[in-house]
Amino acid sequence: MIERYQRNMNMLSKEEIIKINNAKICVIGCGGLGGFIIEGLTRLGFEKLTIVDKDVFDETNLNRQLFSSHSNLGELKATTGAKRIKEINNRCTPTPINDELNESNIIDIIKGHDIVIDAVDNVKTKLLLQEYCEILNIPLVHGAIGGWYGQVAVILPGDKLLSRIYRTLESGIEKTLGNPSFTPAIIANFMVSEALKLYLNKGDVLRNKLLMLDLLSNELDLIEFTK
Amino acid sequence: MKINVKLFATFRIGRGKIVYLDYYEGMTVKNIIDELGIKKEEIAIIIVGPHDGTPEKMLTFKVEPNMTVHLFPPVAGG
Repeated sequence: MIERYQRNMNMLSKEEIIKINNAKICVIGCGGLGGFIIEGLTRLGFEKLTIVDKDVFDETNLNRQLFSSHSNLGELKATTGAKRIKEINNRCTPTPINDELNESNIIDIIKGHDIVIDAVDNVKTKLLLQEYCEILNIPLVHGAIGGWYGQVAVILPGDKLLSRIYRTLESGIEKTLGNPSFTPAIIANFMVSEALKLYLNKGDVLRNKLLMLDLLSNELDLIEFTK
Repeated sequence: MKINVKLFATFRIGRGKIVYLDYYEGMTVKNIIDELGIKKEEIAIIIVGPHDGTPEKMLTFKVEPNMTVHLFPPVAGG
């Protein structure tokens, strides 16, 4: 066992660490949630990440997006994310995709992955991910944030939870509340934990459940949906 | 007899976390959101007991005394 993963033990066995080293995870979105998710997965030992984002960093990202800094404004988020991964662990083989996920490229981008992670900022793409993850039989870890609030869920192929919690809405309360530094960090790390448990088949995952976080009231609600 | 309405996130602004409304025969979820001044377009999820769904599915749902209605706005940022 290499030294960098020593502190993962005994929470994870040597075999489990080797297993996650070889897992293929696709993170869609390298912004507020995505930055913390990529950081968390990489430090945990996920060494084969595909990271997808079409955007470049701008000044409005600096309040919350982990990989943004004054020195990299204007740089592509996915490319910057891949550089960060290599800085943390040069054993990693990140695949940055500087493109917008859409119906014409989604299959090529997500196929072959063990888990897809929804860190996107719009309902349309979230529903697209659910649809194609079902077609390709890939579990999806969902997260979303808005101001003081955030939510996490795990969607297995066929569950269609996102169709039950979103309608044709393009956006949510984040459009008026914005997003601070702390909400994406917390929700992203819930998502990392769900991805880890899902991949290793450990503990309980948020299937048919939505974990809702309200940091303004310090409330965590677990909403169980009927199957 | 009352209906308990548990509000989440921004729905709490100016209304509080839980609102207790007087129940009347034939009361629907639509009547409840109208009374609270919440537009159906603002709601992502409505849960009443074991029943859940989007407003399209749940607005005509007839509540019963002492039921709890949960109303959630959409959260979609990333």
